[in-house]
Amino acid sequence: MSLRQYLDNKVAPHFHEGGKLEKYYVFYEMFDTMLYSPSSVTNTAAHVRDGIDLKRVMMTVWFAAMPALLFGLFNTGYQANMQITEFGYQPIEGWRTAIVAALTGFDHGNVFANLLHGAVYYIPIMIVVYVGGFIWEGLFAWKRGHEVNEGFFVTGILFTLILPPAIPLWQVFLGISFGVVIGKEVFGGTGKNFLNPALVGRAFLYFAYPAQMSGDAVWTAVDNFSGATALSLAAAGQIDYSVGLTEIAYTSGNVDLSWMSTALGGIQGSIGETSTLAIAIGAAILLLTRIASWRIMLSVIVGTVLMSSIFNAIGSEGNPMFAMPWYWHLTIGGLAFGLVYMATDPVSASMTNTGKWVFGIIIGVMTVMIRVVNPAFPEGIMLAILFANLCSPLIDHFVMQANIKRRMRRSGGVA
Amino acid sequence: MFEHYLSLFVRAVFVENMALAFFLGMCTFIAISKKIETAIGLGIAVVVVQTITVPANNLIVHYLLNEGALSWTGIEALAKLDLRFLGLLSFIGVIAAIVQIMEMVLDKYVPALYNALGIFLPLITVNCAIMGGSLFMVERDYNFGESVVYGLGSGVGWALAITLLAGIREKLKYSDVPDGLKGLGITFITVGLMSLGFMSFSGVQL
Repeated sequence: MSLRQYLDNKVAPHFHEGGKLEKYYVFYEMFDTMLYSPSSVTNTAAHVRDGIDLKRVMMTVWFAAMPALLFGLFNTGYQANMQITEFGYQPIEGWRTAIVAALTGFDHGNVFANLLHGAVYYIPIMIVVYVGGFIWEGLFAWKRGHEVNEGFFVTGILFTLILPPAIPLWQVFLGISFGVVIGKEVFGGTGKNFLNPALVGRAFLYFAYPAQMSGDAVWTAVDNFSGATALSLAAAGQIDYSVGLTEIAYTSGNVDLSWMSTALGGIQGSIGETSTLAIAIGAAILLLTRIASWRIMLSVIVGTVLMSSIFNAIGSEGNPMFAMPWYWHLTIGGLAFGLVYMATDPVSASMTNTGKWVFGIIIGVMTVMIRVVNPAFPEGIMLAILFANLCSPLIDHFVMQANIKRRMRRSGGVA
Repeated sequence: MFEHYLSLFVRAVFVENMALAFFLGMCTFIAISKKIETAIGLGIAVVVVQTITVPANNLIVHYLLNEGALSWTGIEALAKLDLRFLGLLSFIGVIAAIVQIMEMVLDKYVPALYNALGIFLPLITVNCAIMGGSLFMVERDYNFGESVVYGLGSGVGWALAITLLAGIREKLKYSDVPDGLKGLGITFITVGLMSLGFMSFSGVQL
């Protein structure tokens, strides 16, 4: 008996009207449509024949996040193992260390050891995010009688990738709860929110628990570690931009840093953000399938280049961030991740094409501005995207008004 | 000099935003933010009132109320007076008078906006953002030039915030908000999230 028949004949009747599990229909529906495309089609006029639906869109984004995820898995372990074997740091006590020690040991030259060490940190985060998010999504869907929405799979995976690896799991739960409930579900679920839920969750954690979400100590999962991230090195003026793209621009402490290492990955940072190359692969998938808007991606880059060139031209005695060239801005920190996966969120971004340009340029300009002139925050992409999300309905409004006026003029004022 | 005024302006608009950093003027902020057009109208009214009242109150503080402020009269008995305890009272009076005049002007020349603002235009009189602007001006000891810039900046900041909120609320019209949160509840949550977005400016040093 095929799975389809099994579902239809054995499982489905319990959940349909009159069945004893009728109340839990939403959960059945979620798993069913995850496995098979629903056969229901539009009955009335205006058909579009296309295999794409919300579920496929979300799945595509999910796969596009895979390169960054896999690299993040490796890199989390690699950073920890390198500090342990090369510089004599102790791994954080606990069951994670016990597993790694028993199976592979802490050799940073061994790919499997790195992957395993990354996995013992990443997998629990992912489980907590999905279980936590599923509880809230399910609760809302069940109470309000709609279907569990796939948007959450994307929110979940992106949320895991922007966390530091050694974050306490209860904070992960708190963050995803805030993001899903306050950022999305109170407004009615996917498509109705005005901010990116993953970023709302992270911003909440960032302001509520700065000790675990920022600074120099949290990005590598070993005990008592403290090592500056690429961005804080830049803010301290310790990166030499004149050496070119492949030479090492900073070396001391336990860090070698060149432009190539910020582009390829292999530096410390949030789980998914370090490798601009892996993110670029994801971006290519999103652009080829036309899921994400190229206008937004391009305009964020334009805004970044524009603003950093202005700062380069102004120059500053006391603030070394003024001198950072745009290609460093793009690869360092979370800008690439934010621009590919967060800014392009179709719900919270501007809807109109002109609006998308404005929206993206605001993000690029704001990110560079926060990095350079706001000493309170080392990284700006998260808050810049949230701010641009706030502006996007207004941008759309003005674009539409301008369009209405233009057409009125063209038709001589006759509506 | 110019740079100093520019930084004061930017700080007043973004960093110390009246609505989203100090949560001042909430009653009108939430009540009149359902439509973008009305919000822009009210925003402009606040900008105008704020730009006039803050410098006006600045003059009053410097030439009437402060200790020794009356020495320009040349009368010795007056020169010793310290009338700062009259501050709140006189600010309210000045604001009320200016709003009243503005109401008449709007009624005469822009009746559409006058009707749209309705009761809320007189309510600007007791809008805490307007009062707050004058009080901040006294507390931070701005001179006349600074108070003009600060009045304009804080007004623009408030206007920007209410316009953004109106944009978001127009979009939220299509949202499916739980019954208990409909109306004011969801608006408060929205304002809270907006304030999270405006956190990006806190700490900016200019």
